[in-house]
Order: sequence, then structure tokens, then C-alpha cells
Amino acid sequence: MQLTLEFGGGLELLCDSVKIHDVNVIPNLEADKLTMKDLLVWVRTNLIKERPEMFMKDDSVRPGVLVLVNDCDWELSGQLDTPLEEKDVVVFISTLHGG
Amino acid sequence: MESKGSEAARILNEIETLKATRSDLDNRISALEAQLRHLNPEENSVVSCPSISTGFGHGLSPDMIYRYSRHLLLPSFGVQGQSNLLKSSILVVGAGGLGSPALLYLAACGVGQLGVVDHDVVELNNMHRQVIHTEAYIGQPKVKSAAASCRSINSTIQIVEHQEALRTSNALEILSQYDIIVDATDNAPSRYMISDCCVVLGKPLVSGAALGFEGQLTVYNHNRGPCYRCLFPTPPPTTACQRCADSGVLGVVPGIVGCLQALEAIKIASAVGEPLSGRMLLFDALSARIRIVKIRGRSLQCEVCGENSAFTRQQFKDFDYEKFTQSPLSEASLELNLLPEDYRIHSRELKERIGKGESHVLVDVRPDHHFKIVSLPNALNIPLSSLESRSAEISSALKEEEKRKDSGFESSASLYVICRRGNDSQRAVQLLHKMGFTSARDIIGGLEAWARDVDPNLPTY
Ligand SMILES: [Zn+2]
Repeated sequence: MQLTLEFGGGLELLCDSVKIHDVNVIPNLEADKLTMKDLLVWVRTNLIKERPEMFMKDDSVRPGVLVLVNDCDWELSGQLDTPLEEKDVVVFISTLHGG
Repeated sequence: MESKGSEAARILNEIETLKATRSDLDNRISALEAQLRHLNPEENSVVSCPSISTGFGHGLSPDMIYRYSRHLLLPSFGVQGQSNLLKSSILVVGAGGLGSPALLYLAACGVGQLGVVDHDVVELNNMHRQVIHTEAYIGQPKVKSAAASCRSINSTIQIVEHQEALRTSNALEILSQYDIIVDATDNAPSRYMISDCCVVLGKPLVSGAALGFEGQLTVYNHNRGPCYRCLFPTPPPTTACQRCADSGVLGVVPGIVGCLQALEAIKIASAVGEPLSGRMLLFDALSARIRIVKIRGRSLQCEVCGENSAFTRQQFKDFDYEKFTQSPLSEASLELNLLPEDYRIHSRELKERIGKGESHVLVDVRPDHHFKIVSLPNALNIPLSSLESRSAEISSALKEEEKRKDSGFESSASLYVICRRGNDSQRAVQLLHKMGFTSARDIIGGLEAWARDVDPNLPTY
């Protein structure tokens, strides 16, 4: 499944400072679908190069990270259960505090 | 040389005298203004309270009509929008990178009452982004400087100075005097505190943030939209809360976000347009991209604004935001104390030892781009993150040093570790001891202490 993943607010530092990743994720064979839960595992394994605790906590993202699926907060689409489709754009962004 | 020195001293002296005169004049002007208000409260209300009746049926005086004419010419803004603005009151918390442009535009556009809270003083390393302040105000309170700039742009509105840190003890009292709150602060505990206070008081909150090359903006607690806690119920780990003072920020980035904050505040105050509530604007300066995303609505389970929560004024006053977020409300730098005393050394003592020719290796554990700004002579740059993988370099530098000295007096060369402020150097020394470098000692206070106590010519940043 072709997906575009974007990291911002400092999270890109965890994946070689690359912000935009066009990736091909193979869905779980049995389930034959891909959810955000699966994608997080995939990201942790394949994209996060350092300090995974700065990206994830337990099986979700750490506090202070917003997840947007096609420019929409994942809280509105089922969080970890959000189903993903071909060409979806998923954004992970860390909240900023500076000024 | 000497005549140059005395010339400089003379100029410095004159600057000091002039500054004293200026502050004297400022004080006299303030006193006279207060006197005038006292003598003639009616007349004064013409100056500071813009809602007077002039017979055009809209309360705008001829001067106001001329000053705000370009607003009045906007069909969808017009007299009504401007009147609303003139009757509104807006508080900007923080007169820094975000607050600077926000305050300038809010003053210029004719917000009736504009308040500013800050406890900091203007510093030279603020000025690349905090464009409301001028060099003449370095060392003076930001609130005073910001208020002076606002008044020089628009003397017809009321500017209120709150020269204090916002805390749970004063936040309710200060925020309750305003219709709209602009969060232009720079740290996590303040953001939670201001949002909670806005929920308790039922005020809309225009929240902006910027770091590096990125900015974020949204309106909380407005039109049934979420509050800050709905979005971030659990505070992030402190390691994820980077500060401009550590990570850097391109000056114009908070400038852009601050302008957008002014815009959102103006929209709410004038009741024109569609506020950025339930949506968030994400700005990426490097790729020149702005993305506006839909965020969750008010959370029924929110501990502060949710259906079943009853977060009271008293609970707010008692809430410990620094403990909750594990980070300080003020920008004051963290000072770690991780090491026993004999693993540490003061910069003055080190200077003496080096002067006596002690054989040593100095490792600077700051990131490479910091090292490029300024470093001590002969320092070996090995960033903290690669200390373990590059330990062989330290071993060979120590051996080299011992060989070079080969005096026989010292059994081994000393190992000193420095960083910017003396925190990472302690972490590094802990790590080095674990790796077997038992002579490793950290230089207390880092390069900042070195610049203060040993070499005042060393640049700080
Ligand atoms: Zn809430």
C-alpha cells in the first residue's frame, strides 16, 4: 500500500531529519487491511532511527504527538483502529511550545 | 590604547547619563498624565476610551474614522467590525517572538484595551525576532518596552502593563479583565495554565507556537471547540519540550505565527470571519508549506472542560503546573547536579592548572554546530550522542598527551569535559566514568562560566 508519511515539530530528527517519506507498506496477510496500529509498528521498525521513546509510548504515539490522517485528527477516525487506504497521507507532528 | 580606553569610558558615561535623563523624563510624563487623568476624568475618557458618541450613529470620532479608514472601507468589516474592535479587550501573554508582532498589530488596529504580561527583560539575543523592542531598551522590562512601542503606534487606545510572571495566584485576576487571551508564551506549563484559566473564565484562547523553522496555531475554548487539554491530556516528556534558547528559531517564523495570532484575535473581537477553532494551522517555513488540519472537538472526558468535570477557580489556584509538566514556568535554565564534588572543577581552577602546564585533554560534548559558533583552543569536539562510539579518540588523545609531556611527574593526563552550561558535561562525565575514564571531570557551568569567570572575551550565545 502506497502511503505518504510526514514528520514534523522535531519528530523528523528521529528519522534522519527527513520530513516526507513515500513508503510502500504491505498489509498484514490475514487481516488484509492496514490500520494505524499496524502502521505505527511499521514506522517504529522501518523509519525511526533513534530514541523510539520520543515517538511511541506503549502501542500508541507518545503524549504531545498529533496524528493526522488525510489532514484530519485521528481521534475523529478511530485512533489506532483508523483504517488506511491506498495513497493516504499520514502526518505525525510534535506539539511545539516555543515562542 | 589608553586614550582609546578613556574615550570609550567617556562615551559609556554619557550614555548612562542620557539613559538616566530619559527614564527621568518618562517618569515625569507618567506622573503628569496621571495628574491630568485626576483633574479631568471626562476629557481623559475621550483619549483612552474610544466609545464616544459623535452623532454619526456609530460612535467613531472623526479622528478614528480617518485612522481606521482602510478598515471601514472593507465591506465585510466596516464600521461595525471596527466598533466591535474598539470595544474589545485583548491580553497578550508574553512579549517575545510571538507577542511582538501580535502586540504591534493589535495596537495598530484599534483594540480598545490591550494588555501585556511578561516578567522578562529585553536581551540582545532576543532582538532578532522580538521586533517590538529596540536596542535602547536592552536590560529593561519587556512589558515597558512593548507598551512604549504600542503607544508610539497608537496613543488613542488603552495599553495595560502587567509586569509580572503569570502564575496560578494572579492569572484569574489578570485574565478576567479581558475578552480574548493570546498565548504567546514559550513553555509547556504556561500553555496548560493559560488554557485551564481560559476554560474556568470562559474566554477564547488564541494559541501560537514556533520553534526552528516551524509554527503552529489554533483557537482553543471557542465555539464548542476543544481546549488545550482536550488535545493534549497528558503533558509530553520534558525531553520533547525544546526551547528556542537551546534549539534555535528563525526569527521571522514566530513573527509569522504572531501575526496570524493577531489576525485570529481581530476576527474574534470584531466578529468577522471564521475563527481557527477546531482546526490547526501548521506552518513549515523551509518547504514553504501551510497545512490546515481538522482537529477533534471538545472532549466529553476532558478533565478541565469535559461534561463531568468541575474544574473550579480554587482547583486552578491549587494546581501545580510545573509539577504536572515537570518543567519550569519561567525560562530560567535548568541546573543539574549529577556528580560528586571531586568529579567536578571550577573554570578558574582549571585555568590555573592549564597555566601551570598540567597535561590534560579537553573534550567539548556540544553538538557540532554549537562547536562551530565558539570553542576553547585545543578542545576535542565529541558530541554527547556519539561519546560511546568515539571513546577510542579520547583514549588516544590521552595517550598522545602523556607521551608529549613525558615528564614523569604525572602518572596520567587529566580529562576535562565542557559543554554550554554544564549539564551535558555532567551526563558525559557519568558516562565516561562508566566507560572507565576515571579521571574525567566536568567543568562547572560550562562555557558560560568560562566566559564569566576566566575569559570575558569568549562570545556567549
Ligand atoms: Zn478540554
